[in-house]
Amino acid sequence: MEFGFTTAAYVVAAVLFILSLGGLSGQESAKRAVWYGIVGMALAVAATLIGPGSGYWLLSILLIAGGGAIGYVVAQRVQMTEMPQLVAAMHSLVGLAAVFVGIIAHFEMGRVAGIVASAPEGLTAAGMEAWMHEQHLGTFAAIIAHKTPIELSILRVELFLGIFIGAVTFTGSVIAYGKLAGKVASAATKLPGGHLLNAGAAALSVLCLLWYVNTGGFFPLFVMTLAALFIGYHLIMGIGGADMPVVVSMLNSYSGWAAAAIGFSLGNDLLIVVGALVGSSGAILSYIMCKAMNRSFVSVILGGFGGSAGPQMEVEGEQVAIEADGVAAALNDADSVIIIPGYGMAVAQAQQGVAELVRKLRAKGKNVRFAIHPVAGRLPGHMNVLLAEAKVPYDIVMEMDEINDDFPDTDVAIVIGSNDIVNPAAQEDPNSPIAGMPVLECWKAKQVFVSKRGQGTGYSGIENPLFFKENTRMFYGDAKASLDKLLPLID
Amino acid sequence: MKIGTPKEVLEGENRVAMTPDSALQLQKLGHECIIESGAGANAGFSDAAYEAAGVTVVKTAAALWKEADIIAKVRIPTDAEAKRMREGQTLISFFAPAENEKQMEQLAKKGATVVAMEMVPRISRAQKMDALSSMANIAGYRAVIEAGNNFGRFFTGQVTAAGKVPPAKVLVVGAGVAGLAAIGTSTSLGAITYAFDVRPEVAEQIESMGAEFVFLDFDESSQDSSATGGYAAPSSPEFQEKQLAKFREMAPDIDIVICTALIPNRPAPVLWTKDMVELMKPGSVIVDLAAERGGNCELTEKDKKIVTDNGVTIVGYTDFPSRMASQASTLYATNVRHMLTDLTPEKDGVVDHNMEDDVIRGATVTHSGEVTFPPPPPKVQAIAAAPKKAPPKELTAEEKKAQEVAAFKTQTKNQVTLIAIGAVLLLAVGLVAPASFMQHFIVFVLSVFIGFQVIWNVAHSLHTPLMAVTNAISSIIILGALMQIGSASFLVILLAALSIFMAGINIFGGFLVTRRMLAMFQKS
Repeated sequence: MEFGFTTAAYVVAAVLFILSLGGLSGQESAKRAVWYGIVGMALAVAATLIGPGSGYWLLSILLIAGGGAIGYVVAQRVQMTEMPQLVAAMHSLVGLAAVFVGIIAHFEMGRVAGIVASAPEGLTAAGMEAWMHEQHLGTFAAIIAHKTPIELSILRVELFLGIFIGAVTFTGSVIAYGKLAGKVASAATKLPGGHLLNAGAAALSVLCLLWYVNTGGFFPLFVMTLAALFIGYHLIMGIGGADMPVVVSMLNSYSGWAAAAIGFSLGNDLLIVVGALVGSSGAILSYIMCKAMNRSFVSVILGGFGGSAGPQMEVEGEQVAIEADGVAAALNDADSVIIIPGYGMAVAQAQQGVAELVRKLRAKGKNVRFAIHPVAGRLPGHMNVLLAEAKVPYDIVMEMDEINDDFPDTDVAIVIGSNDIVNPAAQEDPNSPIAGMPVLECWKAKQVFVSKRGQGTGYSGIENPLFFKENTRMFYGDAKASLDKLLPLID
Repeated sequence: MKIGTPKEVLEGENRVAMTPDSALQLQKLGHECIIESGAGANAGFSDAAYEAAGVTVVKTAAALWKEADIIAKVRIPTDAEAKRMREGQTLISFFAPAENEKQMEQLAKKGATVVAMEMVPRISRAQKMDALSSMANIAGYRAVIEAGNNFGRFFTGQVTAAGKVPPAKVLVVGAGVAGLAAIGTSTSLGAITYAFDVRPEVAEQIESMGAEFVFLDFDESSQDSSATGGYAAPSSPEFQEKQLAKFREMAPDIDIVICTALIPNRPAPVLWTKDMVELMKPGSVIVDLAAERGGNCELTEKDKKIVTDNGVTIVGYTDFPSRMASQASTLYATNVRHMLTDLTPEKDGVVDHNMEDDVIRGATVTHSGEVTFPPPPPKVQAIAAAPKKAPPKELTAEEKKAQEVAAFKTQTKNQVTLIAIGAVLLLAVGLVAPASFMQHFIVFVLSVFIGFQVIWNVAHSLHTPLMAVTNAISSIIILGALMQIGSASFLVILLAALSIFMAGINIFGGFLVTRRMLAMFQKS
């Protein structure tokens, strides 16, 4: 059964998806691009229902509508600070769906094999064809039925990979969700045995693959699924909270590769195209995040920071505290201000206060901008979304590379809830664990205020010499409460 | 303690070391204040004003010197005044200890304590009593006013109906406190102001005041003033030569020169020579604030205003602060008051002359019968030493080119290697895999390629929406479930149904939340 119409619709959908991703290069074109994606998806689903989607129309549409209703409610209710959790949760759904689709494909293979075996003997090729047609096989089953033994083996490998990646994505995303939502302790924890357990599970999966390709039984598939579920769980448990931007983009990538693998096994090009797009997108995001932390992907995934090459530089000086009136006085005098938000701002839900501060300062004609480090927050681009929610115009929100050279000409830099991304040790101390990581050079501003809850170190546990610099003043307290104290003093 | 201020006896000195305001503050420290009748008259403070502030006015100087425990005055005491000092009495005044050894020994022998205001160390804590700075500030301001007084033109440029007025060009030599004050005054009057200093680190301060720093093309110009407590040190002969050449080049253009260059405990360096004066236009003015130490200009005559043969006015007054007696007295009295605040830590009217204190120790030149000048270096460094920096090596054009070529070569090599490896791998797969697989595989590889090309262009700020959108479209897996739901097996239908349901959540949730986020991004 060939469906010219369906293929044509798939081509259009694939082009729309590519345009949809490409449109994200700018804020304005992005608003149009998301419609491309929606239309592409609608087209793909409709074409599949009309074409090869055999039967149960009503059920399918009801299910989509039911899921859609839930999706709608979630999308309307979610807080922007909860975006990382939401993204992780949605990844887990894709992963689980991939596992299910893979298992279904396995069952279908078994069923078709049974039918082929029961075919009357002595049929010619054409006769066989006609006989198969009478069996009312589904689209997918029909494809399987025409496969040669080598093709069937390849199909098994594809299936196997799809299920494996899907399972890892599922449990990994569930754990990532738990960590981001604060339901699982965000510290890196590993079972005794550490990465050996992961390696063991991976080796077991490889054995199962060989076993499965040769026998085609369900049992190896099942064992592998359990092993993959374990890997996803244990791998992400071993990664700390601040590395979540990498983890989430990595899972994003995996969900894409899972879709692509399933696409191979179903012989569906659209699935392959979209899976590859999503997979490469997630891979690039992971790469960008890793580069921003100056760490290799492997070291992030294996968790923890590498051992330092020598004793760390002693930090001299003392942290000088300041009260709201001092900060306000400096801000009232300043002409140019750069604000560096971090995860702490999201935790304290302080983005509205920050936006209000910016509005007040801008109303007085001051040049106020934001400097965003690529790994600020728990999701790539997390800070941008939070600031956008608080109605901060995006043209004053700058990337690290755009703004780093401007700090020496800046009167006041305000650090709100970030730590490692403004740590001068990355440049000054070759023995620091974060040496070489690109950082925002806020200490070059004439004055730096750091809004911070207490005197502790950041996620990486590294002392931050910024806090001890002569031009740094520590503005202790919850970011939101601090801003509430500060706002009335700005006039 | 009784703090007394006599009338300044030096001819032309209008300042006074105590004002009604400072007297009020001193009384808060538990002290009693007395003043000689008419002491503040020249600075605009009447006896009545002092009395109103609770100060006792005494008729004669003799009575005041006798009665007071602490004498606060401005100028170096005359010999007659020094004779009046007695044991246990404290004198707070300018004293010029380096050139005043005779008096210093005499007073030490008597057992009197002398606090020399110019010896207050230059550390942050002592800025409030740094009388040199406060007086220099006034001198710098007044120098520009004095120059304007003798200059026949506007400072600022104007275009009027009656013709065009060019702006005056002012050169300030030496950017200490007086120099910076002069720069500020001159630029605010609208003149084009240039400034020179041997300490390159003040270039920033000069530029911040709105003047242009005169750069010398000289390698060794890097005097580090942190070693000399913020003051200038003598420069090398080669440097001086360059400097004079530069000034000679500028002289014909400059309308007003304000000289403020002093080196501690040395005669003023000659920076503006006779031939430079001769090069200047008629009507030009030179104000030499260094006249007291011989002057930066060769022709300066101390305390006089002269006009050279080519019509250049050279002002050599040394009493600029006194010419603004009211302002100068207010600032000086405040400096003295702060000194007494430090000397009276308990605020109970009892002076505790703590020789362990850096500031008090530094300023005290005689105490307990001994000469305590010069003081040991202060424990706190005035200014942190500037770290020495190695300038980054400048690359020549050829080196740069060579580097670029090398970078290009490695890039090409990397790319070719990657492509070659990729091609070999593809071929290897193609050898084993059947054609049907390869068809899909081509689609896959091309899609990955497109994905990489497209995603690199995504704005960093849109990474979260990107994740949400990719999330939504990765639910394309729903197609797989839709294709399989029409099966006879219940288990298959159940799993497919679940998959469709979950993908449905994802599609709607993903796209809607993306739209919500994108709608938030607003331009200002």
